[in-house]
Amino acid sequence: MIGKSFFTKTASYVPSPVAVRQFSTNAGSDSTGVVYADPLSGDVIEVKDGESILEAVKKANPGDLIRVYPGKYKETVYIDKDNISFQGVIIGGEWPTLDGEKELNDAFLYSGNGIRIENFKIINYKGNGIMGQAGNNFVLRNNWIVDAGVYGIFPEFGKNGLIEHNVLSGIEDAAIYVGMCDNIDVRHNEVYENVAGIEIENSRHCLVENNYVHNNTGGILAFITPGLPIKTAYDIIIRNNFVVNNNHPNFGAPGSIVSGIPPGSGIIVMAADDVTIENNIITGNDNAAIAITDLSMGANLSNDPDSEPNPDRVVILDNYMENNGNNSVGEVKLLMKASLLDSAPDIIAIGGGTGSCIRDRERYNTFGLGDWGQCTTGDTKEIVTMMLDKPVAPRAITMEEKGNLTYYGICAGCHAYDVRMIGPPINVIQAIYANNPQGMADFIAAPTHRREDYPEMPPQNYLSPETRLAVAEYVLSLTQKKK
Amino acid sequence: MMLKTTLFIFLAGALIFSGVYFLTNLPGSVSQTRLASNCPPGFQLSKDNTCVSRNLYQQYSSLQNSGVGGLKSALPIPRDGFTPQQIDLGRLLFFDPVLSKDSTISCASCHNPYQGFADGMPVTIGVGGALQTRSAPTLWNVAYLNSFFWDGRSNSLEDQMQGPLFSPIEMATTRQQLLAVLNANETYKALFTEAFPAKPNDSIQLNHIYTSITAFESTLISLNSKYDQYAHGYAEALNDKEIEGLNIFRSFVARCAECHTPPLFTNQQIAVIGVPELEGLPFDPGAETPNKDSTMRGGFKVPSLRNIAKTAPYMHSGSKETLRDAAEFYNLGRGHAVPKEETLYLHWHIWEPKLTDDELDRLVDFMNTLTDESFMPIVPKEVPSGLPVNIINPTIDKVKAKRMASIHN
Repeated sequence: MIGKSFFTKTASYVPSPVAVRQFSTNAGSDSTGVVYADPLSGDVIEVKDGESILEAVKKANPGDLIRVYPGKYKETVYIDKDNISFQGVIIGGEWPTLDGEKELNDAFLYSGNGIRIENFKIINYKGNGIMGQAGNNFVLRNNWIVDAGVYGIFPEFGKNGLIEHNVLSGIEDAAIYVGMCDNIDVRHNEVYENVAGIEIENSRHCLVENNYVHNNTGGILAFITPGLPIKTAYDIIIRNNFVVNNNHPNFGAPGSIVSGIPPGSGIIVMAADDVTIENNIITGNDNAAIAITDLSMGANLSNDPDSEPNPDRVVILDNYMENNGNNSVGEVKLLMKASLLDSAPDIIAIGGGTGSCIRDRERYNTFGLGDWGQCTTGDTKEIVTMMLDKPVAPRAITMEEKGNLTYYGICAGCHAYDVRMIGPPINVIQAIYANNPQGMADFIAAPTHRREDYPEMPPQNYLSPETRLAVAEYVLSLTQKKK
Repeated sequence: MMLKTTLFIFLAGALIFSGVYFLTNLPGSVSQTRLASNCPPGFQLSKDNTCVSRNLYQQYSSLQNSGVGGLKSALPIPRDGFTPQQIDLGRLLFFDPVLSKDSTISCASCHNPYQGFADGMPVTIGVGGALQTRSAPTLWNVAYLNSFFWDGRSNSLEDQMQGPLFSPIEMATTRQQLLAVLNANETYKALFTEAFPAKPNDSIQLNHIYTSITAFESTLISLNSKYDQYAHGYAEALNDKEIEGLNIFRSFVARCAECHTPPLFTNQQIAVIGVPELEGLPFDPGAETPNKDSTMRGGFKVPSLRNIAKTAPYMHSGSKETLRDAAEFYNLGRGHAVPKEETLYLHWHIWEPKLTDDELDRLVDFMNTLTDESFMPIVPKEVPSGLPVNIINPTIDKVKAKRMASIHN
């Protein structure tokens, strides 16, 4: 069920919890063809106006749903736990609103896996609306984000995520910024009056589909930015979007990469490879409908010897382009002048790159596509989603491995098998706790000073009970000096 | 009676202490002829007698195996797989001043374990008091790095160490001198044979020296800080102020985590940020020189922040005395310290975050949670050359530290 106010003031209906949408390969090609494979497993924690969402997070366990009712919440909600869902409840048009009042940095800041955030209004933050650092399997949808700082929605280092049905405006960099991620769908969003609408940067396997991208400085960007630790961007489909009138003056912060984007840019591909642009309606963008460039356009950036600078194998299939390039600026304008052309072309390619192609190029005004081939690809409709069939599983680790890593990674600072270090040797400890791993696990959580000839052991209560037991079992299993 | 008991306890204590010394293969005397057969903490001995890195971050993965991410992300792949003997030999070499031209300084002179494996000075001092132009970087967690020196010009520890060893204004030895000195030392010859049993003949070669010191440096692991406890899931490890600091650190206003990315707290990239030099020193071109690329002028490798509280002063130039000063640098305006005649390609994350004084204090609180020296190696009391292991422990030798500081001034 999609929509921003599906509850009434008198609703007794309990909404279904947020769930990762698992696209089934035989469920059809539209966004309703999904199966809900991961239903709510935990508790529902309710947060009402005047209460704190963060306090609810502190109470929450993995699998819980935090349901937030209309009201104003001035806070930064950080989530360093896995599998926590947030669901705003919208009643009669009243949203739960996170308002940073231009004093707070970020609204949502998560590092956990399986974070799902829907139905929030986020306004007046200085940093980001929603920022993720390394969380996989995220769902960010139905959020309404206005003037929330540098980025509206910014997952970083995440794998397998869905960003859909969000509306974002007034963002001074990219409204939706997929940075160093894999397997992300960006669908059905509206982005307007931002410096950049949707940016896919140093990311792979991304689908940007069915978005309404209008009156930004630049509409949709597929970039390699040099100087980042993950160097590539490829396998990106930009499909079925409206990219309209992206002519907003650039209000990016001085020095930011997007501050160099010329107003009037519909779609820009910079150095990214294997980008397919298909079935978009691209109109009224004053500089160019589609610009493809190598890294030399990022003139305010240091070079990075490890970043491959050329956009290779860009594929432009059927698109509707009209009324673009009426007021070219910057580099494009200079090129037009040098080439004695009156108006900018729909499609312009600058710099290096090989293996690119376009279908029916005679439909468009183009510049720099001389060595582009005729596409043989039909379409990309076989690719319904770039998300994975199943959520990314946490790295599988046995209890024995956990005990091993804990023993060598922590305990070995003070204990060795048969020699005295800061603490007693393991073979001495084994004699005490033979067949009693739980006893040992309990002791290390809250040690008492038992031996005059050794310093008191500091508590290891920061290890989870499960980890303490795992390491106790591991230590007791060390039967000989491992060699 | 009383006296007798006390004496007994004292003697028993002394006995136990000497027992420790013997049993744990603590650094030997000049006559030490056996190297450690155990791995240092953080490593598991494999069946083929190599030390394999072990820590809780191995429970996790990272996107594209990049070793960057968030709290529960994998580290980059470390250097490991050295034998306990190579590691122990490397430790003796590391602390032995015989590796310098005039036998006055060792690796540990500038990478002092008591000073976070740095030296507490803005720039380092070589033989004869020769001043360098850059600050000594810490060696904690170098096993995880893929480039070395502030300008990133080296890609391995083996390659890196040849810089200071043979630089005429650092340790200033030569390959010939190094080989001659070590091959003339019977203890070293025996220890190298123990560490490199497959060595074809009796003589010590340069690659054995490089391997040993690399082996030791790779064991300087610091991954058990308060922050790490928090990252692995113990929310109480950090207090409210420290968590506030963490959230400022990773927010997109301060943006610290964009380059000082967990879990190593560096993304290992070159960044041009426009740090001032020490007063009186010329502008340092940094990564421009090895890359022959003017867009990288003034660029330096992003340093890890682990154990950062131990390694003041800060930045390549040592021009920031405290962590507070270092944090404040980013708040003083994009390019505020760039000399007028310089045109730099300043990093896009250098902007004007307008952090409050309180926020800067919280960032310092957070950076202080990145301290962990629980795997501190044992400083040998004596090394095979017989030369004094002459490193300062500032907490117990303030006078000496002061004297060293005055040399610099």
